[in-house]
Amino acid sequence: MTAAPPDLAVTQRDALAELLLSVADDEFVIGFWDSEWTGIAPMLEEDVATSSIAQDEIGHARALYELLADLTDDDADRIAYGRGADAFRHASLLNHARGDWAFSVARRYLYETADAVRLEALARSSHAPLAALAAKMRREETYHLMHAEAWLRRLADAGGDSRQRLADAVRRLWPDAQDLFAPLATADEAVGRGILPSDLAELHRAWQERVRPALEPIAGPLPDAEPRADGRTRRTDDFRWLHGEFTSVARSQEGATW
Amino acid sequence: MVTARGLDGRTERVWAALRDVPDPEIPAISVVDLGVIGAVDVSDERVRVDLLPTFVGCPAIGVMQTEIGERLRSLELAPDVEVRVVFDPPWTSERISPEGRERLRQSGFAPPAPIRGAGLTGLDELAVLPVAECPYCGSRNTTLDNPFGPTLCRAIYHCADCRQPFEQFKRV
Repeated sequence: MTAAPPDLAVTQRDALAELLLSVADDEFVIGFWDSEWTGIAPMLEEDVATSSIAQDEIGHARALYELLADLTDDDADRIAYGRGADAFRHASLLNHARGDWAFSVARRYLYETADAVRLEALARSSHAPLAALAAKMRREETYHLMHAEAWLRRLADAGGDSRQRLADAVRRLWPDAQDLFAPLATADEAVGRGILPSDLAELHRAWQERVRPALEPIAGPLPDAEPRADGRTRRTDDFRWLHGEFTSVARSQEGATW
Repeated sequence: MVTARGLDGRTERVWAALRDVPDPEIPAISVVDLGVIGAVDVSDERVRVDLLPTFVGCPAIGVMQTEIGERLRSLELAPDVEVRVVFDPPWTSERISPEGRERLRQSGFAPPAPIRGAGLTGLDELAVLPVAECPYCGSRNTTLDNPFGPTLCRAIYHCADCRQPFEQFKRV
């Protein structure tokens, strides 16, 4: 959609490709989970909001898949709909089905805060098309983050069952949320070349420092937790089901021009 | 708007033609007044226009690309016409022209509130305001119903004076 393939050394291209795929898959999969609320959210306004956020996230994924496709001479739709479930590289946080409303609010808060930390770094990337896209995405994600923070407060302040469900969801998702910063095979190259200007461990620390003060008063002390080496390759039956859903139309007419 | 002279006024003809291309979602405003046109580059071989999406996931991007491309091809200024989607510079709501803001208001949309300062770094200022001026009666006795509206770029408000729901083009 944008520029000609950049002239990069193979190691640099591979590092950029792995990074793009991880961010794009995160945005794509959380977008589809959000879309699972369309038509059944607890309030009409939230039906509109979750659907709008889902559209934003899938749109971000599209733009990232297009950067990746330019780089690898591939096609964004093929990357999105033509891969098997095991080829996805989203973090394990996004392996869970949407759960109840409190579960979705907890996940969205964990995700949006991590995404904010990541985008702040990517907006400084040495790869100019990625930096420009990340800067634009940040402006949109600001609204998602405000939405997630508002709902976290709302459920926590309500007390009773709302607060309990929220606290349970935060504790359950906490280990998997760390995996948004799971190591990438080519991360050293990405950091060394400034494609990813801060290393993942540093971003992980910055994110934990930000979320602990908000979450611990609700969920109690959260254990020490680190991203896992297989944090982006774990797959679950929940995700296999979602993958079957979002590829079903593309699979029904393979090779069709839409 | 920068309209560099050169190539026998062809650049000016491109800008004039772009003023005829409406936004597909709010046809009262042109793509120029919406601020989604970035650089325009005209040579003997090619007319190239940069399109800056209002939102990355805007579903109207493809339609805009097609409509801009068709309008520019009809000018027959060069054999090749290219409409590139780029995010540099990012579109911000500050790019809507004064005329565009007035046209939004006339169409029942509250224009986005201005962003103070440079507008490119002040993410804290992007917060949706709890009040927007009603485009129907001018009242500020309004409340935010939902920062997410029927399209990615709009928020929903309600006016307590004229009792109308209305949409605001989001500040982004």
